[in-house]
Amino acid sequence: MIRPKEGILDPQGQAVERALPALGYDDVAHVHVGRLIELEVGGDERTVTARVEEMCERLLANPLIESYEVQAAGAAP
Amino acid sequence: MSEVAVNPGSGLPPGLLSQAEALGLKRSELDLICELLGREPNQLELAVFSLLWSEHCAYKHSKKLLRKLPTEGPRVLMGPGENAGAVDVGDGLAAVFKVESHNHPSAVEPFQGAATGVGGILRDVFAVGARPIAVLDSLRFGDPDTPRTRYLLERVVAGIAAYGNSVGVATVGGEIYFEPPYEQNCLVNAMCVGLARKDRLVRSAATGVGNLIVLLGARTGRDGIGGASVLASAELSEADHDKRPSVQIGDPLEENKLIECCLQLVDQELIAALQDLGAAGLASSTSEMASKGGVGLDLDVSKVPRREPGMEPFEVMISESQERMLCVVEPKRLDDVLSICARWETRATPIGTVTDNGRLRVFDGGEEVGDMPVPALVDECPLYDLEPAEPADRLRAFADPRAVLGHDSEPEESLRALLSSANVASRRWAFEQYDFLVGSRTVRRPEQADASVLRLMHAGIETERALAISIDGNGRRVACDPYIGTIEAVCECAANLSCVGAEPLGLTNCLNFGNPEKPHVAWQLTRAVEGMASACRALDVPVVGGNVSLYNEGPEGPIYPTPIVGMVGEVPDARRSPSSAFNGSREGSRPDLVALIGPFRPALAGSELEKLRGSVVPGLPPFDLRPVVEALAVVREAVRAGEVASAHDVSDGGLAACLAECVALGGVGAEIDLDPLVHRERIDLEAALFGEGPGGVVVSGPREALLALSNRAHRVGFLAIGTVRGPELRIAAGAATIALSVEEAGRLFHSGLPARLS
Amino acid sequence: MSARVGVVVFPGACDEEDALIAVNGTPGLEARYLPHGERDLKGADAVILPGGFSYGDYLRAGAIARFAPVMEAVIEFAREGGPVLGICNGFQVLCEAGLLPGALLVNESLKFVCRQVVVAVDSTATPFTSGCEPGEQLSVPVKHTTGRWFAPPKLADQVEAAGQVVLRYAADTNPNGSLRDVAGVANEDGNVFGLMPHAEHAVDELTGSTDGLRLFGSLARHLSAVTA
Repeated sequence: MIRPKEGILDPQGQAVERALPALGYDDVAHVHVGRLIELEVGGDERTVTARVEEMCERLLANPLIESYEVQAAGAAP
Repeated sequence: MSEVAVNPGSGLPPGLLSQAEALGLKRSELDLICELLGREPNQLELAVFSLLWSEHCAYKHSKKLLRKLPTEGPRVLMGPGENAGAVDVGDGLAAVFKVESHNHPSAVEPFQGAATGVGGILRDVFAVGARPIAVLDSLRFGDPDTPRTRYLLERVVAGIAAYGNSVGVATVGGEIYFEPPYEQNCLVNAMCVGLARKDRLVRSAATGVGNLIVLLGARTGRDGIGGASVLASAELSEADHDKRPSVQIGDPLEENKLIECCLQLVDQELIAALQDLGAAGLASSTSEMASKGGVGLDLDVSKVPRREPGMEPFEVMISESQERMLCVVEPKRLDDVLSICARWETRATPIGTVTDNGRLRVFDGGEEVGDMPVPALVDECPLYDLEPAEPADRLRAFADPRAVLGHDSEPEESLRALLSSANVASRRWAFEQYDFLVGSRTVRRPEQADASVLRLMHAGIETERALAISIDGNGRRVACDPYIGTIEAVCECAANLSCVGAEPLGLTNCLNFGNPEKPHVAWQLTRAVEGMASACRALDVPVVGGNVSLYNEGPEGPIYPTPIVGMVGEVPDARRSPSSAFNGSREGSRPDLVALIGPFRPALAGSELEKLRGSVVPGLPPFDLRPVVEALAVVREAVRAGEVASAHDVSDGGLAACLAECVALGGVGAEIDLDPLVHRERIDLEAALFGEGPGGVVVSGPREALLALSNRAHRVGFLAIGTVRGPELRIAAGAATIALSVEEAGRLFHSGLPARLS
Repeated sequence: MSARVGVVVFPGACDEEDALIAVNGTPGLEARYLPHGERDLKGADAVILPGGFSYGDYLRAGAIARFAPVMEAVIEFAREGGPVLGICNGFQVLCEAGLLPGALLVNESLKFVCRQVVVAVDSTATPFTSGCEPGEQLSVPVKHTTGRWFAPPKLADQVEAAGQVVLRYAADTNPNGSLRDVAGVANEDGNVFGLMPHAEHAVDELTGSTDGLRLFGSLARHLSAVTA
């Protein structure tokens, strides 16, 4: 999960935040739009997480403007 | 309708008939298919027939009518029937162009619908071996103040931008109209213009028994399965939300590579034929190629690269996955073809061979899963005669526009309302989202002149000359009078070319209409085509290609009948294409004169002003085409001679709106007196100010030049109506005076559209 | 003899031909393409990364192009002081590659914007602006969705202090919400320069303006001095 860093202007999030009240959702705040990247990586959970974090640092995210979070979804069926 | 012979004795299995009907085939058509095959079709064959015999592929309600259009001329290199039309533009170059609709897909999913509309029309152009250099879009939406219209407009424009900008082809112009009848059924027509070396134009006929059929580009998924028959020939209803999964998704990166790859294959003369995969996918592209070449094809669907597992052979045949092309290759050149494809990272897979048996045979590995005679697929679809009937009330089928202006509005108030109205206001909000510069050919950008002007430069051949392009149509006026309204659309397009000094070389059209099986729609369609034929003959412009989009109806009724006309013209000297705007830079010395050229006879019937007042009144006055054509020639010659500083044709909102645009865009005022027009035409003030009609062009230029021009223009109509000067637009007409500051004109014109969208 | 300028072509490039035309239209410069798979620069004296949507920009503008084989050679060339110009997508690639400070974010409007703008030359200490006057105003078009330059406050201050801001949008014409109206920045040595405005689309009166030639002309003069 990759999202704009805290404090960075997020016009996509703002656009969504402005649109929701028009549909009756008045109590929504702090909307941020990020993106979800799904990957299948072989290995045990700890090494996989470390490798995916490395991928985020190098390619998947831009650490200057984006934060990321890696979640292991368990072994592929 | 002329019924085809029905075979009453045929005991078709009930399942087959209901399947066929679900796919849009009539009982009589299914009987004919059985007769042509000599047996019942299997599922794959039924799917293929249903698509090839759909309105979209077979033009079964329009083919006979379209024969009325003139298609020949000395500059025509390729006419209707090829992937796109081509005209000779000199220096060994050809201009290739076509317009096509993507209306139903855009109504269902506006972003992807519009994006893939652009992708599809680009492929039609590079299928002929031409490099796409420009895209123009003609869009129609409902009332601009409804949330649905705002949503569709935002998403359609974003889709065009996303695809066109990423693929790297300039979107240089277009038009947008807002009218209630398009509320549920928006129109998205895209036109593409390309350039090719004349000696490298490619046709789509498959030739050479033993040659290979090679599939290029994206992998095949379940995109748009049934799209052509279900989406493109059924009226829209509530159930459309369920159709979303079958919408095609565009990939402009894939297309960007595919363009470069195909153009290199063409340039190195490695392929014998090229064809895009559009509606009905492989089914239609293979049959069309075989039909044109008079050959047969053996295809192995198991070789087609798939994006999804478990696809059935019939799904592979009719999938509308985007960014795919088909080419015919001699076996000895296959390795060269594959190596160029590898260089562009474009997938290339031989999937079949050309045969001499005139049949389209489909295999799944070793197993034959379909066998159809090619002529049966392409030529034997029954053509239907329309049953036109003029309705007693031409406009009854359409919702009235909402009144936003009183019937007794003062001229100044009317002009303000018009200038900021949805149909007249600046389209900057839209065109700034498009890359109109890529390619380094754009001489006149959107809104700078009446037509887009692109430098004629291709493959190392540089010229002084330019192409001018325009796309036009006004459904409301065609609804008022399909014959005159369509003639006006053709004249408007030609006038836009004249204003930049261009001579029309060829025309492409898209006929957007309702259900042709309804007599009044059949009448609209028939009269519109007759009008187009008359106008093309008068202007001596051949129709080199086009597209028909029928069944454009929502639950509340049909759209306005909307023929869209795209034209390409030739400008001898790119430096001499004037702006639409008045030029204030000579103010202080001797200010420019303003003149109205042409047999302009304005009337309020079907006008924007009447629309703002909540009514559409039929009764467009008939007019003579000859003087209009002559006036356009005079304007063209004046532009080419460098006599005029600006040229802008009178269109929506009449003369007052036209003048206000010249002022708003030029940033300089003008003093205008319309009494000469009032006297000449014996019309009232309101008609002079806001009346519409063909054959009027406002030009400005240095006094001496315009005086010289007046001698030549006298016979087609020339009225000196004012001077370019001052901080405001002042129009006097009899007792009425309008005064609008340059600043306010600019504000009204430029804020009209964004104000409605925020 | 003309100096050689390599124009890198990534899959999905759009303005590579425009860059080629602009360079070839500049006396003293001669352009040739450098395909993305090349591992050396074929003797180029300067390199241009042109505009477009490399690899579709599907992950993040410039993110994937930065790992193309040719980029190793470009990065090495830049580190050795070779002049490298990134226009639009090329600017995004140079930021992703860490050759330029900051990052480019989606425009505040969230929309693509194609418009003629005026930029002022803030620094003449680069091979691309050395022929310009400080403060000189240039009319050039922008066309992008992801052109809002951003750097965290500390980095932005450093960039300003080091004189690395090369171009700024004229007052009230910032088309994308870019921080401090930045339109183009250089690295500390000034040899790597990225800008959002399309200088290559401002080289002919017929198609708009010729102000872009001020940048290409500067490069030609710089290279003739260096290679003489």
